[in-house]
Amino acid sequence: MSEVLARKVPSEFRKGIQAGISIGIGYFPIAITFGLLAKTTGLTVGETVLMSLLVFAGASQYISLSLLTLGTGIFEIVLTTFIVNIRHFLMSASLNEKCEEDRTLIKATYSFGITDETFSVAALKEGQVSTGFMFGVISVSYSSWVINSGLGHIVGGSLPQTLQESMSVALYAMFVGLLVPSMKKSTKVVFLAALAASFNTIFTLTKVLSTGWAIVLATILSAVIVEFISTTKRSNQGGKEVA
Amino acid sequence: MHSEIVWMIIGMAVVTYVPRMLPFVLFRGKELPPFIQGILKNVPYATLGALIFPGILFIQEDIWYGLLGAAAAFLAAYLGANVIVVVLGSITVLSIYSYFF
Repeated sequence: MSEVLARKVPSEFRKGIQAGISIGIGYFPIAITFGLLAKTTGLTVGETVLMSLLVFAGASQYISLSLLTLGTGIFEIVLTTFIVNIRHFLMSASLNEKCEEDRTLIKATYSFGITDETFSVAALKEGQVSTGFMFGVISVSYSSWVINSGLGHIVGGSLPQTLQESMSVALYAMFVGLLVPSMKKSTKVVFLAALAASFNTIFTLTKVLSTGWAIVLATILSAVIVEFISTTKRSNQGGKEVA
Repeated sequence: MHSEIVWMIIGMAVVTYVPRMLPFVLFRGKELPPFIQGILKNVPYATLGALIFPGILFIQEDIWYGLLGAAAAFLAAYLGANVIVVVLGSITVLSIYSYFF
């Protein structure tokens, strides 16, 4: 019995690690650049690694650096971080519905590792998401983020510029790679993604909302509108599942 | 280390962790009304749409760079390539592009 368990747990964990490898690759150029920028901003290696270790949220870490450069106060930086990262609330709420039952303490532990990328990989996995899988995905992503932040501070300047530039597409390519197979299977997914993309483009280009709120609002609007339409359609067709 | 920077990092860590953790602690899952559950199921696909656009267009100042990267990724994914192949393929296409232009 214990042998069966011992074999089952590492395999879920290993599946998570495999699924997390593309995140690990994608984080490489972003973390290297973050480390480099942190150095330019005047942070020590220790502070740079500490931030990646404790915060683990790319966009807001970048923003904190540019705010520091502008001489912004700590309170405003923390507040901006909160606004930029509030979208993770939505992601956690969504993922929680898909994750296997487990002790609250364990869920509270792996929730630290919810980023846009780990969320996307876990949320688009077929079937239920196990605790082992979550820890697998997060451990690859987290180590890549932390180690490469420190590396970027130390040696970032010596990487070839062309490679750094072309690697900036990595995370976007990963999002596309995760999304497209689901789009091929369901029109509902096509509408959800296209609608949210349009809302976000409008909010961002007109600058009516900051990036953090733009993503939150675009996601909610799209998810609610599409759900409303498909519920209405379903009840019109006598409870038949659409899309 | 400057203590001011350390306090800033701790503050950032707290306001980032709390929204990530709360839903897992507050909800046990499956007890929300079906309509809300439906919305939460839609969230991943909507989020991905919003994360990709318009961000992918602006990864470099040259907008064609982003468009080419997006096209390469969509094509590879549409043809059924797995995620890592999509990522490495787009990086390769853009490396070739910036080598020539």
